[in-house]
Amino acid sequence: MARLELRDLSHSYKPNPVEPADWALKPMTMIWEDGGAYALLGPSGCGKTSLLNILSGLVIPSRGKVLFDDVDVTTLPTEQRNIAQVFQFPVIYDTMTVEQNLAFPLRNRGVEPAKIDARVKEVAAMLELTGDLKRKASGLTADMKQKISLGRGLVREDVRAVLFDEPLTVIDPHLKWQLRAELKRVHRQSKTTMVYVTHDQTEALTFADKVVVMYDGDVVQVGTPQQLFEEPAHTFVGHFIGSPGMNVLPASVAGGVAHIKGNEILLGRSYQPIDSAKRVEIGVRPEFLRLGSGTEGLPVTVKRVEDTGRQKIIRAELDGLPIAALAHEDETVPASGVRLIADPARVHVYADGQLVRA
Amino acid sequence: MSRRVILTAYLVFLMLPIYWLINMSFKDNTEITNTMSLFPLHPTLKNYGEIFTNVTWYRGFQFSLTYVVLNTLISLAVALPAAYAFSRYRFLGDKHLFFWLLTNRMAPPAVFALPFFNLYSAVGLFDTSWAVALAHCIFNVPLAVWILEGFMSGVPREIDETAYLDGYSFPRFFVRIFIPLIANGIGVAAFFCFMFSWVELLFSRTLTNNQSISSIMTRTVSAAGIDWGLLAAAGVLTLIPGALVIWFVRDYIAKGFALGRV
Amino acid sequence: MEKPLNNRAWFLVMPVALIVAFNAILPLMTVVNYSVQDTFGNNQFFWNGTGWFKDLLDPNAELGGRFLAALGRNVSFSLIILSIEVPLGILVSLCMPKKGPGVAACLVIMALPLLVPWNVVGTIWQIFARTDIGLLGWTVSHLGINYNYTNEFFSAWFTIILMDVWHWTSLIALLCYAGLKSSPDAFYQAARIDGASRWSVFRAIELPKLNRVLLIGVLLRFMDSFMIYTEPFVVTGGGPGNSTTGVSIDLVKIALGQFDLGKAAAMSIVYNLIILSTCWVFYTVMTNVDAPDRPRDAKDGAL
Repeated sequence: MARLELRDLSHSYKPNPVEPADWALKPMTMIWEDGGAYALLGPSGCGKTSLLNILSGLVIPSRGKVLFDDVDVTTLPTEQRNIAQVFQFPVIYDTMTVEQNLAFPLRNRGVEPAKIDARVKEVAAMLELTGDLKRKASGLTADMKQKISLGRGLVREDVRAVLFDEPLTVIDPHLKWQLRAELKRVHRQSKTTMVYVTHDQTEALTFADKVVVMYDGDVVQVGTPQQLFEEPAHTFVGHFIGSPGMNVLPASVAGGVAHIKGNEILLGRSYQPIDSAKRVEIGVRPEFLRLGSGTEGLPVTVKRVEDTGRQKIIRAELDGLPIAALAHEDETVPASGVRLIADPARVHVYADGQLVRA
Repeated sequence: MSRRVILTAYLVFLMLPIYWLINMSFKDNTEITNTMSLFPLHPTLKNYGEIFTNVTWYRGFQFSLTYVVLNTLISLAVALPAAYAFSRYRFLGDKHLFFWLLTNRMAPPAVFALPFFNLYSAVGLFDTSWAVALAHCIFNVPLAVWILEGFMSGVPREIDETAYLDGYSFPRFFVRIFIPLIANGIGVAAFFCFMFSWVELLFSRTLTNNQSISSIMTRTVSAAGIDWGLLAAAGVLTLIPGALVIWFVRDYIAKGFALGRV
Repeated sequence: MEKPLNNRAWFLVMPVALIVAFNAILPLMTVVNYSVQDTFGNNQFFWNGTGWFKDLLDPNAELGGRFLAALGRNVSFSLIILSIEVPLGILVSLCMPKKGPGVAACLVIMALPLLVPWNVVGTIWQIFARTDIGLLGWTVSHLGINYNYTNEFFSAWFTIILMDVWHWTSLIALLCYAGLKSSPDAFYQAARIDGASRWSVFRAIELPKLNRVLLIGVLLRFMDSFMIYTEPFVVTGGGPGNSTTGVSIDLVKIALGQFDLGKAAAMSIVYNLIILSTCWVFYTVMTNVDAPDRPRDAKDGAL
């Protein structure tokens, strides 16, 4: 168990990176506290797997340092870092039993047999695999195989962190939820630092205490699931998290008021004038728009209403700009004359994609 | 590091005899028998010149390539539907039939040499490229079925079902949809058919009057006094079709072997 | 999912069955017919019953002694080349690069001997091993070793074994290489994380992947070496004496050389039966190895 730190880290797969696009990971500094459950969230190609490989030692970063408990491990090979990894596809040793699989890392390190036995039993109990210890690993289902991969990490007492690389990819949908809950429980029980890479926001938000959102090689926000939802630091986070994602509308901002295509919208805070070269947008989540009537709010044309059973998603247009809002299941959405009222405290201002603080 | 050394040593071991053959093909017989040198001291193209100007040699190559290509085409044409049947259906005697086919791949050619001579003489095909092409089918057809069946089993059956639901007839589905899906497999099967037909000597010698390039070479060997330079040059030329085929299918080889079906 | 039962599939199999039957059944009938007859030439045959078979399996008879000796030489040859080619092939496959420009070069060089016509393989080694004009023979004899494959037993065996190793080890290596490549990188990464030694990686990850391909490789090599004809025929002609005469060479000598059809036919049948039974054993083992794999694959595919 350890505290992981990335210091001024950046990485490029090209030998001589020149342009920003050459960098797979842009400069970042980050600390992952001991015993935390973290998720690395982002779309394919955002650099999250590169970051994971840097942590596990499969890739050595071009610049910067990786520290485990303040010890520089940047150039240490994987086997000396004492980390464990659960891969996208279950990696188990086919010819061995579950027990032998769990004992494998300890046996390789020359741990005495009695101790191996005790550790394997302990971990098997934690993962609820006790009954299957004697079975051949090759015959098991994918979710059990993934648990064994995890077990091979946990069985080592000196393991500093467990890294997960999209571990639920090949798991049946109905088991995904269950396995995720189990991971969470195992995390609480073992108190191991865990880093979970995924492109699925539900997985990230339910597993992690803190989510690191990555976009195009950059860490755009680190925060609790709630922070990501309520105050996205970047329009990308707004889009990527939440379903439907945040509405981002080009606007001009003056003090406490924003103008969108001639419509006025109130902001909860007052803003300094923003550099005119920057692209100014406001962002408001569909959850914080409600239906209004009369002359208050934004006049929109409703295009479509999707009923999800618990709520209604209103797809509308504001003078050609798509905008989404959520309405309660019982509410009726009139065909015309619809207005949407935003909660001023929940409207954020972005300049070139970055959140502007008041 | 030691991996490199082992691999390099092995590759050198493979290349040396071939290099020696190439080396000799550029020497004349006096140099071959009188001096030992790692490269030709007086390089000459005389040996190659003789082969290209002598119609027997030229015809030999043509004849061999003809039956190899014929054999590859026949083998693939009959093996494709059969492999499909084996990969998709159970039918009366399927396992026995499959095993029987494989036994023919395993049967020693020497056993068949004489009866083939009788058989192909009886049907009037003796000394034609068709005789050799058909005779080689005995080991290439089972092989092609085996390889193709492996590739076809890798294609999910849902694809067939969807195509039938979409109103495709079997032949149209097979040609339009299925064959493109297993193009790799067809490439691999063609490669192995070509290879085994090209390297075979016994049948091609027994079923013809020394027409194939391989038998022309053996005849030269036994002719009065061995013309080493000429023999080496002919040997080098027989390497070329194989080398070309390997070069074109190098990406498929690994895939074909990956199925473990050779 | 079970394959559906459909006897009309026979129509698809028919062309294959016909073409192979044409090649296999008629000739085999001829062979069986010859095997029970004797001839004084001029196409005059008379019934000989099981006489040839009795001769063939009797070590004291001329034919039997000859056949059993050739069989023994063939078995020794197969066992020797297997015990060299299999470990060497595995070793080479483990040394091959997994990616990069080296892969294509390796594959091409390694596949090259496989595509050399078999008589040219013989020619290459006939030349290469000669003490007067061949690099190998010249080098070995200049090291002071008495080496002459045309008249010395040990040299002859050494040459044909080395030739077979040269010719076919790549097949085993390529098969194994393909087997190794089928394990994703994640397995190797996981093994590194688990602190596995090189040997543990081989035992836990690589060897299980090789099981199946090795079985096929061994089957093919055993069969092909057991019926080897062309290469030793070109190099040693079966000599010196009969010391490198395998069953195939002997068979062709009797059949096409002496036109002793009855003897040759009886020999063919016994030879073929030996090969078929060995093949059947391998086939059974192979389908059993496959069997537990199938449901697992199906399951993985569904997930």
